[in-house]
Amino acid sequence: MISQFFILSSKGDPLIYKDFRGDSGGRDVAELFYRKLTGLPGDESPVVMVTTGGRRHHEGRHFIHIRHSGLYLVVTTSENVSPFGLLELLSRLATLLGDYCGSLGEGTISRNVALVYELLDEVLDYGYVQTTSTEMLKNFIQTEAVVSKPFSLFDLSSVGLFGAETQQSKVAPSSAASRPVLSSRSDQSRKNEVFLDVVERLSVLIASNGSLLKVDVQGEIRLKSFLPSGSEMRIGLTEEFCVGKSELRGYGPGIRVDEVSFHSSVNLDEFESHRILRLQPPQGELTVMRYQLSDDLPSPLPFRLFPSVQWDRGSGRSTLEPKPESLNVRLHLPLPRGVVSLSQELSSPEQKAELAEGALCWDLPRVQGGSQLSGLFQMDVPRLPGPPSHGLSTSTPPLGLGPTSLSFELPRHTCSGLQVRFLRLSFRPCGNANPHKWVRHLSHSDAYVIRI
Amino acid sequence: MPYLGSEDVVKELKKALCNPHIQADRLRYRNVIQRVIRMSKLDQWGQAEVLNFLLRYQPRSEEELFDILNLLDSFLKSGSPGVVMGATKLFLILAKKFPHVQTDVLVRVKGPLLAACSSESRELCFVALCHVRQILHSLPGHFSSHYKKFFCSYSEPHYIKLQKVEVLCELVNDENVQQVLEELRGYCTDVSADFAQAAIFAIGGIARTYTDQCVQILTELLGLQQEHITTVVVQTFRDLVWLCPQCTEAVCQALPGCEENIQDSEGKQALIWLLGVHGERIPNAPYVLEDFVENVKSETFPAVKMELLTALLRLFLSRPAECQDMLGRLLYYCIEEEKDMAVRDRGLFYYRLLLVGIDEVKRILCSPKSDPTLGLLEDPAERPVNSWASDFNTLVPVYGKSRWATISKCQGAERCGPELPKTSSFAASGPLIPEENKERVEELPDSGALMLVPNLQLTADYFEKTWLSLKVAHQQVLPWQGEFHPDTLQMALQVVNIQTIAMSRAGARPWKAYLSAQDDTGCLFLTELLLKPENSEMQISVKQNETRTETLNSFISVLETVIGTIEEIKS
Repeated sequence: MISQFFILSSKGDPLIYKDFRGDSGGRDVAELFYRKLTGLPGDESPVVMVTTGGRRHHEGRHFIHIRHSGLYLVVTTSENVSPFGLLELLSRLATLLGDYCGSLGEGTISRNVALVYELLDEVLDYGYVQTTSTEMLKNFIQTEAVVSKPFSLFDLSSVGLFGAETQQSKVAPSSAASRPVLSSRSDQSRKNEVFLDVVERLSVLIASNGSLLKVDVQGEIRLKSFLPSGSEMRIGLTEEFCVGKSELRGYGPGIRVDEVSFHSSVNLDEFESHRILRLQPPQGELTVMRYQLSDDLPSPLPFRLFPSVQWDRGSGRSTLEPKPESLNVRLHLPLPRGVVSLSQELSSPEQKAELAEGALCWDLPRVQGGSQLSGLFQMDVPRLPGPPSHGLSTSTPPLGLGPTSLSFELPRHTCSGLQVRFLRLSFRPCGNANPHKWVRHLSHSDAYVIRI
Repeated sequence: MPYLGSEDVVKELKKALCNPHIQADRLRYRNVIQRVIRMSKLDQWGQAEVLNFLLRYQPRSEEELFDILNLLDSFLKSGSPGVVMGATKLFLILAKKFPHVQTDVLVRVKGPLLAACSSESRELCFVALCHVRQILHSLPGHFSSHYKKFFCSYSEPHYIKLQKVEVLCELVNDENVQQVLEELRGYCTDVSADFAQAAIFAIGGIARTYTDQCVQILTELLGLQQEHITTVVVQTFRDLVWLCPQCTEAVCQALPGCEENIQDSEGKQALIWLLGVHGERIPNAPYVLEDFVENVKSETFPAVKMELLTALLRLFLSRPAECQDMLGRLLYYCIEEEKDMAVRDRGLFYYRLLLVGIDEVKRILCSPKSDPTLGLLEDPAERPVNSWASDFNTLVPVYGKSRWATISKCQGAERCGPELPKTSSFAASGPLIPEENKERVEELPDSGALMLVPNLQLTADYFEKTWLSLKVAHQQVLPWQGEFHPDTLQMALQVVNIQTIAMSRAGARPWKAYLSAQDDTGCLFLTELLLKPENSEMQISVKQNETRTETLNSFISVLETVIGTIEEIKS
């Protein structure tokens, strides 16, 4: 099983190191890993690496790691174990550390080193996983998490709402993302809150003639619960929610997904009949349900782009037509090599566009639904040894004008149409105040590419 | 022991699995297994462990097999990818004799696997893609309808894009070939040269079955006149022409003009080969080759020059008038002025061949222009699932079979050496004997008479007493150069069962070491190694507690070999 576990910062400084079996070379293995990682040739994958030859103590040692919040979480093993299992363990450890320390980052880990080691002791014994369930671990962990200074409203730059990193300037941000969930202080003032997020990732590919090549939606229903465990929760989804292509419910096209999978602790008795999920959530974060949908979106695509590019003058005009309201839209358009200057005309002062790393980046902080925005960009394209012109207008763009990719967030909107109807709690009557429930729907782009 | 739930279950499981007669007590084992499987308290880690244990079990009858499979069915729908993959592997291995069950399982695992391929976690995505490729080796049409999931996205890391391109190349069929080729065509103009080249090679792979469309796409790519694209396209053409002679005409029409854009060795070789073999169909072939001949003095790659010689000679056979002059110049240069001996030899060979006569040359050089049967050899035949079923859900698909073989070879050679005692001096890491030399030290002349007893534990006092009481039986001087690491020597000696009683630390002057060994008849060999301050020779003094010349000689030769090996490593 696992021989060692360590956490490195993004620059390779070891933050945490734990050796479970004592059959390896010692702390310098972390440095060895970082050197290997940075020295890897371009086409090899960094996910699983192995040391061969050389020092016996590191011979045949496999390094498997994930990158999470800028940190590297690495395990080493010398046996031929299941990579899925190890990656799952690493993700679960990342979530667990996040739950206990508030958030996962270099700062929080360095402040909570003792807690982290205690957690590791309980989770892994001699390299075997004992348990990662927060319920069981709560009984053993004694150390308290050290939190950074309490959140202040003036400190808007580090706001991260639970579920996805967004910045909503008008809403008072909650500290839910950075508060440790499993604090054993029995603070009455600590709110009993539960946050339910329906987050969808949208992945779209549009060809140059406007036709839709690929559309893919990956959705998750995530729960972060500060409630004492034991409370039962019922989540009601849209009744017309159908799974698979052949099911039909209600009238009309309904809301359809291709596949759905649930967390093991979810009770599905009422799912068939009323689309209600029942569970007793442990404290902390949990992914209740995952679903995928492809090729068949019920709602139209959120963005349509009409680029018109004229290369004899080296200018391009882009028109965006988003449907629902969206935030933090960023359009990234790689340009041919050698483009140095850019002049622009944008339709609103709060947008900005700049030339960065050989690409045009057009930022629009907030876009209203149904509106049309246009930007005119003019750039100098040096004479490239491009394809020989055919005498007529050079309508084919030169090499290097890449596909446009958009990144955006759509609050209060789900592309598949799935909505949470209600969230009800039946809790133990231990006198706690009514818990606050927050339900949020959000879609954001995973890869929204429009070819020119 | 991994945590599997309650203590009694763990005890039962331990008992069941550690019992060597378990196969005889089938009923009890089966009950235990059933009880363990039915445990609902097992979390995902426990489930994965149970599935791992069950791999060792051999069901006796078909109904028992299906019984177990039915019980484990629910694990295939679990939310944890580790459990799903573990269950799949178990199914594949248990159902070795039932290929239709294996295919069925692979169909059921398609969903979770595809979900993992589009997961947010890049690492999970990568591992899932490796497994998809593994499955495609046996069931090429398995994912064909889901080809869209394998389209590369702009923001993905390089290694994932490469895997996806490979998968796309392997899942092509009649229905999706058009879209897949269009997509790959888009990748060929990608900003990243590596990725573009990988996409072009993928198109080359698909071209073996869908030749016309691919050749058309590749020809268009030549039109872009980009260096990194042109060189790879020409290489692909060369490989294609060999396997699919029907496209030779199209290729020959596309070639003129691309010689201006190729600068690297591989591309040039491919182009020259094509011009040589199919030169009679390409109108300006001699003139292109003439360009190369003009510049041969400044050509840096000997492989290109070799290729040029062969190609020009071939072309000479079909177009003698145009090539005669430059062939002469090239041969003159290669024989008189070329510094690389391989090129010179080839030039000489061709010159002498020409002297023999043109018929001889034709007989030797006119090889077949293509060999479609090679395609059958090269294309991996559909391998049966059983060949890789035991590698599923392990690290083997992630590395690839060939790389895994090298890794396990290194590991195996490491582990088969004799166990070293875990003394503190070994824990200090020092430069170690590389593999080959260690093996040599192990293969010492098992000189008939001498068998040294391992793990001899001689105390220092006893050694000293014995040493002082014996006379020197043999003294010898070995040449020695420079410094070395005492740990290396110590370990090398340990390999041949010679114990080190005491050793000076590195760099001490004079450097001394005391060794002891005992053979199976109880005869003790006590040795002193002395390195003189000038460091140019090592003096060996051996004392034996029973006078036996032949064993003494054997011992000395063992010692000499070890020291000789260390000396070589060092130098």
